[in-house]
Amino acid sequence: MWTWFYKLASPPYVFGVAAALTPWFFALAALAIGYGTVAGLVFAPPDYQQGDAFRIIYVHAPAAWLSLFAYTTMAVAGGIGLIWRIKMGHAVAAATAPVGASFTLLALVTGSLWGRPMWGTYWAWDPRLTSELILLFLYVGVMSLRPAFEDPARGDRAAALLSIVGVVNVPIIHYSVLWWNSLHQGATVAKIGKPAMPGSMLWPLLSMLLGFMLFYGAVLCIRVRGEVLNRERQATWVREAVKSR
Amino acid sequence: MSAFWSMGGYARYVWPCFGFAGAVLCWNLWSARGYLAAARSRAVRAMAMDENV
Repeated sequence: MWTWFYKLASPPYVFGVAAALTPWFFALAALAIGYGTVAGLVFAPPDYQQGDAFRIIYVHAPAAWLSLFAYTTMAVAGGIGLIWRIKMGHAVAAATAPVGASFTLLALVTGSLWGRPMWGTYWAWDPRLTSELILLFLYVGVMSLRPAFEDPARGDRAAALLSIVGVVNVPIIHYSVLWWNSLHQGATVAKIGKPAMPGSMLWPLLSMLLGFMLFYGAVLCIRVRGEVLNRERQATWVREAVKSR
Repeated sequence: MSAFWSMGGYARYVWPCFGFAGAVLCWNLWSARGYLAAARSRAVRAMAMDENV
């Protein structure tokens, strides 16, 4: 276990693993997203209350889930960088931020478009919507803070600290629909015992969730390779890796 | 077929969501590849500068 953990601290190892995993992640993501889109748009029956508007769930829920997952990844990676002083932790955190921010924006936009026909408004200062908007601001803050320091190591530490402090927002987003009165519906898939969805609606959603996660993995692998090259460009192995291509 | 495109009257909400999702996926792919390409060219430039010194 620890050998594997220490290997993940090695930039050449991570660079090689990320390059090898990228095409697999992309291929599997294309399959899962392709199936989820067709099954969700064509084969899933309309919802008895929301009609065909419920199909927005197939992009909204995976984007919202990914926005939380990417933020947690960023905070954990930043924490690893801070505590163990592992440079790869900061590289992964830096690579995750723009991807997570883009999926947070996607969750907000699709949620807004879903809200208009269901709630009669594009936006409400609802606990779930507001906490998700704060998540977007946190991503933007972390991305802006890192290059604001002349010393990149200080920038990494400051960004890691902000992302760790901001991680408190993740459970707030998740539980906001239970803790406060909210326009937003409660848990649909993650209900303990039985999801509140029939299989014909649920399987495309699970496929989209998996596809978005795999896509995130693929994009993260590419960005991590870029981060490693930026941070290690004076290293001999980088020169050999660049020469060999 | 037109029933499918009209999405039960919700087409102007459903299709922009899927369109924006496609755009976000494409942007992520394009920007990540651009980031890697820029990092690679910076590494090549640094290598060339060191060789010239």
